[in-house]
Amino acid sequence: MSASDESQRRKLKVYLGYAAGVGKTFQMLSDAQAAAQRGLDVVIAYFEPHARPDTIAQADGLEVVPPRDVEYRNCVFKEMDTAATLRRKPDIALVDELAHTNVPGSERSKRWEDVQMLLESGIEVWTTMNVQHMESLYDQIWQVTGIQVRETVPDWVVRRAAEIVAVDVTPDALLNRLKRGAIYKPEIVEKALSGFFKASNLGALREMTLRQAAHEVDLRQTAYDETSDVRLSTEPPDKASEDAPKERILILITADTSTAMVIRRGRRVADYLHADCIALFVHRTPHITELPAEERHALEKHLRFARSLQMETRVVAGIDIAKTAVEFARSNQVTQVFVAPSRGGLRDRLLGRNFVENIVRLAEDLQVTVVADRSRKPASS
Amino acid sequence: MRISDPVRPSPERLLKQVQAEENKRWGARLKIFLGYAPGVGKSYRMLDEARRRHERGEDVVVGAVQGEQSEDVKALLQKLESIPSLQSGEHRSLDLDAILRRAPQVCVVDPLGAANPVTSSNPHRWQDVQELLRNGISVLTSVNLLHVEEYREKVQAITGKCTTETIPKSFLLAADDIVIVDVPADLCLARSGEKLTSIGISNAQERKLSELRELALLLTAEVVDAQLETYVHAHGIEPVFGTHERFLVCITPESNATAMIQSGIRNKERFQGELYVAYVHRHGLSEDESARIETYLQAARGAGATTEILESDDPVVAIREFATQKRITQIFIGHGSHDNWRDRLFGDPILRLIRASDGIDVRVFPQ
Repeated sequence: MSASDESQRRKLKVYLGYAAGVGKTFQMLSDAQAAAQRGLDVVIAYFEPHARPDTIAQADGLEVVPPRDVEYRNCVFKEMDTAATLRRKPDIALVDELAHTNVPGSERSKRWEDVQMLLESGIEVWTTMNVQHMESLYDQIWQVTGIQVRETVPDWVVRRAAEIVAVDVTPDALLNRLKRGAIYKPEIVEKALSGFFKASNLGALREMTLRQAAHEVDLRQTAYDETSDVRLSTEPPDKASEDAPKERILILITADTSTAMVIRRGRRVADYLHADCIALFVHRTPHITELPAEERHALEKHLRFARSLQMETRVVAGIDIAKTAVEFARSNQVTQVFVAPSRGGLRDRLLGRNFVENIVRLAEDLQVTVVADRSRKPASS
Repeated sequence: MRISDPVRPSPERLLKQVQAEENKRWGARLKIFLGYAPGVGKSYRMLDEARRRHERGEDVVVGAVQGEQSEDVKALLQKLESIPSLQSGEHRSLDLDAILRRAPQVCVVDPLGAANPVTSSNPHRWQDVQELLRNGISVLTSVNLLHVEEYREKVQAITGKCTTETIPKSFLLAADDIVIVDVPADLCLARSGEKLTSIGISNAQERKLSELRELALLLTAEVVDAQLETYVHAHGIEPVFGTHERFLVCITPESNATAMIQSGIRNKERFQGELYVAYVHRHGLSEDESARIETYLQAARGAGATTEILESDDPVVAIREFATQKRITQIFIGHGSHDNWRDRLFGDPILRLIRASDGIDVRVFPQ
């Protein structure tokens, strides 16, 4: 996103919920009706066709930009017609399901990318998503619910939203809606009740939604305070931050799959601590291209992932990975190093090395966080 | 202080369960609609639910309404049966006798934070609500954050608004259901006639409301967390980890405890989480060392941390068990001393703790 887009860029409003059926779309449409009554030009750019009757009634009278048919493997899928919405250029476009992945062959792979197009061309967007689609919550959601979420939205997309609205409903009310068949077809209901819609899952996801919304609200206060010198509260809101040095987090990237969770966790902690975040890969070969192809692909994937979460990435060469990483941390004013737990594999043990141990031993002047493996087997739920 | 049995419920929880069961015997449930300021739409949300329940065949009456009503709210009220409240001077109170005689399934009380006249049998309206619940009548009620006792001063500091009529937070924690009625601060202002244009927070008034909004969201999260814990215990399910951050700082006489506790406090504030500071009791400490530990623990308590002295032959086991019991998400420990790092690293205790801390981040601090 270049700075030149900023002047044109419109605001994004996200209706945040914790499950299908909490009423995100309903709330969005109901607010849209009010906006239309105030004289704003509102269109529905995308609306899930599986919508509930109540929700469909709420859309009554609002103009709809017809979806585009996309053919894929002999099936026709309905996708948002971004080009048509851009041509129509309303004040506000409603786009359901921000986390949606477009059918292969679409111009952009993710709906949130389509939404960026609308925002940058001067259209305000209102959208819906569930908390479990926040990228940085992936591992925690897995730990809490045993569910691995497939579609995620990078945190920065939500962070740049002007407004977050928590759409809240009690799990009891949600379960009633489910049992009445208001959310899914009867044949899916039983499965849903024993899986995702378990009462303990719903309670946990609901708590995470409320906390995420509170955090988003807090971030916007901080942003406002930084640009204005009004002090509102009588008590200092953030005693600890004033005398604390700026934190700088270094995330160590390896070819191991555990790197993804270290990136997500590091990003999340950095966001909460208002810290900078750098991702580092150290290769032992003189040049990165000399790595075995498989390892190189894994690394490139991890580096891309780090960049997609808006981290600075660095690649350096060094014979001793731990030593090189710690030296890099020292010369870059890093305060905390994030690493994956060692798997204690046979190969490592035979070679007499353990990356985590080495880092902890060498970085005695730094904080080292060993990120927990939060993955969970569904059986343990 | 032995580590207590992780599944033994606290006295507060037992009490809450007993109260909940008493109400359940009659099937009465309390549902609270929480808002951070007037104008967020609590009354509408609540009355709309009352209407839906009425249409589904539940016997619903309205026992109290707000003085000022929007058109939407008026329209909903017309669809529902009302039992007029009693007027006494400037106070309006529930006509408790009339409601009990009428004995509906559900009674709407809007708002909860209202003073009763001195002549009433209950000084507070929330006590009237308890009486309805005891008589088997479910209650839907609305609460503005300002009226929650524990938040009164904070809200007053932010907005300058005062109230003498408050509800204890424990009343909210004991509710069967709580729902937050959330709208962005600018929309809340727009309803009182301000203009909606900018991106993000644009003025001081909105900034204030936003602070209240954050408090209300976190209060609701806290109630939801308490409910979840009760549910998990009642159903014998494993405790749920990771819905919010809980930090455990483990100190020793050698560790740089001041820096670790400081960091713990900062993290707790940033994450709106909880902070525990623990010391695993060790025999043979010098007087000086014991005094130092006590000073650290006192400082931690002063900053709002819960402190604990753990007893165990094996510190790793003690920390691990305590962390599980408290659903800790991040453990802070100090580096071993430099001279014998090899022992400490490879035998004990840091790496053993890292290996044992399944599902919990471990942050190692410089000595």
